Amino acid sequence: MTSAGTGTACDSCLRRGYLVGRLASHIAGVMDSPHRRVTGLLALPDEKLVEAVAGGQADDALRFLEEFDAEEARAAVERAGVAAVCRHDPGYPTQLDDLEDAPRVVFTKGQGDLASMSGADPCVALVGARRASPYGLDVTRELGRGLGAAGVTVVSGLALGIDAQAHHGCLEGDGVPVAVLACGPDIPYPRTNRRLYERICERGLVIAELPPGQRAFRWSFPARNRIMAGLARVTVVVEAAEPSGSLITSDFAIQLGRPVGAVPGQVTSSRAAGSNALLKDGATFITSAEDILDELFGSERPRPRSGPDAGQIRLARSVDPVQGLLLEAVEAGAGVDGACAHTGLPVHEVRAGLSRLEASGHVSRDALGIYRRSVAR
Amino acid sequence: MGPSPPSSLAGMLASIATFALVGVDSQEVTVEVDVRRGLPAFTLVGLPDAAVREARERVRAALLNSGLDFPLQRLTANLAPASMRKAGPSFDLALALGVLAASGQVPFEAASGTAVCGELSLSGALRPFRGALATALGARTAGYERLIVPAENASEAALADGLEVLAVSSLERLVDLLHGRWRPEPARPRPVRSEQGPHVPDLADVRGQADAKRALEIAAAGGHNLLMVGPPGAGKTMVARRLPGILPPPSFDEALEITRIHGVAGLGDGHLAAERPFRAPHHTISPSGLVGGGSQPRPGEITLAHRGVLFLDEVAEFSRGTLEALRQPLEDGFAEITRGQRSLTFPARTMLVAACNPCPCARPAGECHCNDVDRLRYSRRLSGPLLDRIDLVCQAAAPPAAELVDRHGGALERSSVIRERVIAARERQRHRLRGSDAYCNADMDGRLTRRHGALGSEEVQRLLGSVERGGLTGRGHDRVLRLARTIADLEGRTRISPADLEEALGYRLASPVGLAA
Repeated sequence: MTSAGTGTACDSCLRRGYLVGRLASHIAGVMDSPHRRVTGLLALPDEKLVEAVAGGQADDALRFLEEFDAEEARAAVERAGVAAVCRHDPGYPTQLDDLEDAPRVVFTKGQGDLASMSGADPCVALVGARRASPYGLDVTRELGRGLGAAGVTVVSGLALGIDAQAHHGCLEGDGVPVAVLACGPDIPYPRTNRRLYERICERGLVIAELPPGQRAFRWSFPARNRIMAGLARVTVVVEAAEPSGSLITSDFAIQLGRPVGAVPGQVTSSRAAGSNALLKDGATFITSAEDILDELFGSERPRPRSGPDAGQIRLARSVDPVQGLLLEAVEAGAGVDGACAHTGLPVHEVRAGLSRLEASGHVSRDALGIYRRSVAR
Repeated sequence: MGPSPPSSLAGMLASIATFALVGVDSQEVTVEVDVRRGLPAFTLVGLPDAAVREARERVRAALLNSGLDFPLQRLTANLAPASMRKAGPSFDLALALGVLAASGQVPFEAASGTAVCGELSLSGALRPFRGALATALGARTAGYERLIVPAENASEAALADGLEVLAVSSLERLVDLLHGRWRPEPARPRPVRSEQGPHVPDLADVRGQADAKRALEIAAAGGHNLLMVGPPGAGKTMVARRLPGILPPPSFDEALEITRIHGVAGLGDGHLAAERPFRAPHHTISPSGLVGGGSQPRPGEITLAHRGVLFLDEVAEFSRGTLEALRQPLEDGFAEITRGQRSLTFPARTMLVAACNPCPCARPAGECHCNDVDRLRYSRRLSGPLLDRIDLVCQAAAPPAAELVDRHGGALERSSVIRERVIAARERQRHRLRGSDAYCNADMDGRLTRRHGALGSEEVQRLLGSVERGGLTGRGHDRVLRLARTIADLEGRTRISPADLEEALGYRLASPVGLAA
């Protein structure tokens, strides 16, 4: 099914989708803490949900249910360039059914194929912190690229930092990126990632529980995380502080009994504390996309796609000994002076050497010219 | 004093030449004094400000205290051109002399071809004024042969050759002089302060800082603006302060410009400037403090740094408006100030050295928790007008790393040695750029850069392309080539070598946009 077409959701599911949208602000009132789960709430049938959250305005909400015009809603969905897919639709991803509060309808935008995600093409959630380290960003991009190249769908949340790199990597690997949003599917949020959103729409799919035009709420982020965990066969956390939204995603995955992996981070860094704790608790140790593919398919089974890039992290190409010393200095966080000290070279040779390393993709510079090691570019 | 028709029966008229500062130049002002019978009064017209109006009181007391007469008649003084606003006390002397001449106490003819300038104290002593050299240059240009100034201003004014500068300490001496009873020696400029005096710090005092020192040398050699990135306390200011010591010493004309500007700002000591100025305004400075302004426009820091170095420490902390104000002067080499109906130009050819922290938290690498977004946001604070003009970015290392470097042959070179290399490199540029309007590599526009950045274009493209995957913009490309050209000049190479280009690439400024993706 190409989701750009008309919605196929049945009336009652569509009504449910719009009801959640209508009650979104009431749900926000009930879910005052950002870390409380909406699990129970979203599993309630329509009337009970109204009763639970709408309070004094329950009558209005019930009237909304009675007067809901499905044709009008379908027209609105179509105007937004969005498709509505309900759980009665053959295209609805079956793995979502494992969630006790699976959304009865999801709204999708983009050229990707929702149906294939449940079938042959397996799906991995790659999530992590917005405030991530350069290391975390580089590793995520490589993982996304390796998975994409192996024909695996990469699901993430379009957030800044790790999420965005997961999508970028997947696009680079020519894979199918899927972004699950906490707002309506037609709203590129955060705005910074607008261009990324557009590219995902061209090559993959944007999925949301809330209907088109709906803004995000605090509660809708953890609610979105449950959908990511529900879609993915494996959830991988790259850098997550404690507590964090990424850990909410991995918790959902654990509740669903699905495998969780984590990329080891610096033990001294608070922004990797959550992901390192996952490893301690038995999450799969992820150092390359290959590790994730093993988790997905086992080490023997054939992969959907193979190629030179599939599953591989591009590790440092070999360098001559002097460049190796320079690389060590950059890895240790030494500045240019530190690199001079480490290599014993005069500064003009160090600068030239660093430029060569930059050209070969071993190091990169930030906006103020500070060098750092890059996994690959 | 102009030859003045001695009067109708009722009164006498005298006119005296003096000069008023307009920006860093001076403009001739004629002080006319008319003395005639009537009720005793002293009226001053010709757009005087409060300080000029108060001159009446100073002139009266000074005359009386010097044993001269203050005529008990109707005095009218006019400052011409009447349309120009006059400010400050430097008209005192001309007014006093006008009164003396119009009341017949000094001969008219004695002061023809002479201009006077100075402030009076009530005792009749002369007090110095700001901008003696600017005044002297103005007087010379206007065709005067002699300039009479207070003794303190004499040596500065005497820097203008072709003009006889006479130092006078009091009104009494002035009267003696005009009566021919006393003839002072014309003032001579003071000898230039011995070069590299203790006031110019030496780079040999700075341990470590290999990268910053190298960048400083390249910047000096090509006239490139520089950004130093380093944690607080790394010694960025210490390094920047030593830049004037490795720049070529100012030529005589440049020294004259520096001295003139500093005299106008009241910063001069009467010596001809032997070194280029170094100005380091605090980041709380206002736009008009930086580029000049005020109701009587005064030069800003960028003008005080003319022919020298303007250092902006903590450049990210300067307000956006202040940095924005730098755009035009950095682009044009002069600052244009418009106030009311007139506009003024202040010279502002300066090298810019900016310094900032590597990230907003400014903590050492291990303790820093800033992410890419934070850093990007921080670097964007500098963007726009400033980064457009900066060719080099270098790192200033915190002291511990610097200690280590010394072991590795980082011999502590003296500024004078580095200066020799800089002068040689500049000489090569001057030779190459003859006939164009550029003086050094940093002045080269895109066309000149491509002409003189002699390197096989394929090689350039390969190197540039491989580093900047998104492709270097045309502007970024030229900037790297200019820098590589300067490095080759320092090494005495006619053609840029790939190593020169690689080094230049290391110092180039990455575009802050596009990092996020």
